[in-house]
Amino acid sequence: MSVKYESQLREPLVYGDKTYHQVTEDIIRPIEAKPSRLWYIGFFVSVSMLMFGVYSVYREVTYGIGQWNLNKTIGWGWDITNFVWWVGIGHAGTLISAILLLFRQGWRTGVNRAAEAMTIFAVMCAGQFPIFHMGRVWMAFFVLPYPNTRGPLWVNFNSPLLWDVFAISTYFTVSLLFWYSGLIPDFATVRDRAKTKLRKHLYGIASFGWTGSTKHWQRHESLSLVLAGLSTPLVLSVHTIVSFDFATSVVPGWHTTIFPPYFVAGAIFSGFAMTQTLLVVVRKVFGLTDYVTMGHIEAMNKVIVLTGSIVGIAYLTELFMGWYSQNKYEGYTFWYSRANLFSPYGWSYWGMMACNVLSPQIFWWRKMRRNLFVTFFMSVIVNVGMWFERFVIIVTSVYRDYLPSSWSVYYSPSIWEIGFYMGTFGLFFTCFFLFAKYFPVIAVAEIKYVLKITGEGQKERMGTMEGKLADEFAHEYAH
Amino acid sequence: MAKKKFVVGCFDDEAVLFPAVKKVRTAGYKIHDVYTPFAVHGLDHALGMRETSLHTAGFIYGITGTTTALSCISWVFTKDWPLDIGGKPHFALPAWIPIIFELTVLFAAVGMVLTFCYICQLAPFVKKHHFHERATDDLFVMVIECTEKTNTADLEAFLSNAGAVEVKTEIAEDGWWLGRYDKDEMPFQTNTVLA
Repeated sequence: MSVKYESQLREPLVYGDKTYHQVTEDIIRPIEAKPSRLWYIGFFVSVSMLMFGVYSVYREVTYGIGQWNLNKTIGWGWDITNFVWWVGIGHAGTLISAILLLFRQGWRTGVNRAAEAMTIFAVMCAGQFPIFHMGRVWMAFFVLPYPNTRGPLWVNFNSPLLWDVFAISTYFTVSLLFWYSGLIPDFATVRDRAKTKLRKHLYGIASFGWTGSTKHWQRHESLSLVLAGLSTPLVLSVHTIVSFDFATSVVPGWHTTIFPPYFVAGAIFSGFAMTQTLLVVVRKVFGLTDYVTMGHIEAMNKVIVLTGSIVGIAYLTELFMGWYSQNKYEGYTFWYSRANLFSPYGWSYWGMMACNVLSPQIFWWRKMRRNLFVTFFMSVIVNVGMWFERFVIIVTSVYRDYLPSSWSVYYSPSIWEIGFYMGTFGLFFTCFFLFAKYFPVIAVAEIKYVLKITGEGQKERMGTMEGKLADEFAHEYAH
Repeated sequence: MAKKKFVVGCFDDEAVLFPAVKKVRTAGYKIHDVYTPFAVHGLDHALGMRETSLHTAGFIYGITGTTTALSCISWVFTKDWPLDIGGKPHFALPAWIPIIFELTVLFAAVGMVLTFCYICQLAPFVKKHHFHERATDDLFVMVIECTEKTNTADLEAFLSNAGAVEVKTEIAEDGWWLGRYDKDEMPFQTNTVLA
């Protein structure tokens, strides 16, 4: 075995001089403890929001899409905005677990489990919107290509909307498999230290009979690596395909070739922001500050300022092209419908600019990147901004058509549209509360693996060794 | 299935485990397995295991996905129902790339995970014998299979000398069976002990 050594200049990823057993204790203890009062309150609020969402959807299914305030030219309003918003949030988890694994970024180990869980829940929320937007939701299976009695009439494989069906369902399946295969060894850890019979039984089922055999670990490593390799282009493809929903149309404001990279950067931006929102709270509540350190928070804030700036450049490029193309429809959309503060939806454009482009620049300062309050506040602001972005792209591009006679009246959502959105928040947080209570929120086995490379105790020992060696060398050299 | 006799040595540090593995192997004992709480890199090589071919299986599943998508879509759009979409070509390969790519990834991922579970015998309700409950916590558990010639007392002493913090001899079933982790029952009982 080679000596594991990491530069002293790098911050330790695990604080304190911990043993393997302590790592298990720290991370598994919240699962074994009784849920706190705060957890019950949070869970109850989430379930209530979910129930309101279920009622809103019930009304939509019973009375039709007319329950929403969509109108003549705004056929995609809040629902598709929310769809794209949730899918975007669902990008950080797989990015952290896949791309950062391939790039050998050690800090991913502390945050990947929670981020992947968040991804899966966000994609679940996202999926609701296009499904219920179909109106006759009981015919949703028509989007799947299967030999049928209607011809057989097939789906249109040339349509970006169908690409979306494949992209989102593949993304969900692969993320779920990736997440669960990582969870199996950790479930086994919970199972083997379980004191109650019920817990032993349930985690016994969930852990699939994992023993920790060397051969199994070898295959597990190979599986994780290949899944990471597959997920990396997958993450990039999913939001690319979502952007094709717009980019392959001929609507001014949507018909843009920079959409794929711009959407992917935006997705990572909002996904990391949501990860921050959740982790800043989770690490405090569960006492995991030694594992999700300020170093982790800072690394994620760096990604936020990078991707936020990419998105900013994309906004400016769009504006420039709106003028440079000399296409009057493009120019009208970008310079009148969006950039003009006094146009009907100008507020959303400038809200987006302020939240996504200007405010993340605060993270150029190290002090701000390492400030928990600023991080939490900014993470919320970024997601508000990213919601505005999708709203701007969708609504400001379609509310004034080529024919002034079909220009719509001012679109604002109905209570049932808002209720549906609230319901997905309920779904997301209900799932997240259950996850935080019953699942190891940090990948225990992966932390144990990095412990003797980048744990604080290990680094101190390596540091003294390094000093001693230098002294010995100086001593030898002098004689 | 018959039970077998095993000598179990538990180590609490991978730095002690590696030389111990080497010693045990040079002494000619057959290591049944080493159970570890996390993936210890290099241990598979130290145990003389060959590389896994799981990634090759993944590649085969992937190209199966590619060909499935390509052949299905081209059959549908050129033979079964050549739909006229704005006079565009029926065989519109560039427009199919997204779906072909997604199915490649989907087949590879699902296939690999199922294969992984199959070859490692992992499934809900599967139960196996665990030599030490701390093998998923902080112990590296080396299990040596005994033959009729093995002197267990000698072997235990040998393991202690090699740095094991805990040694024991166990008679156990090394396969898997369907069962619950909160109960000790097995669907069958065999008391034949090999070796």
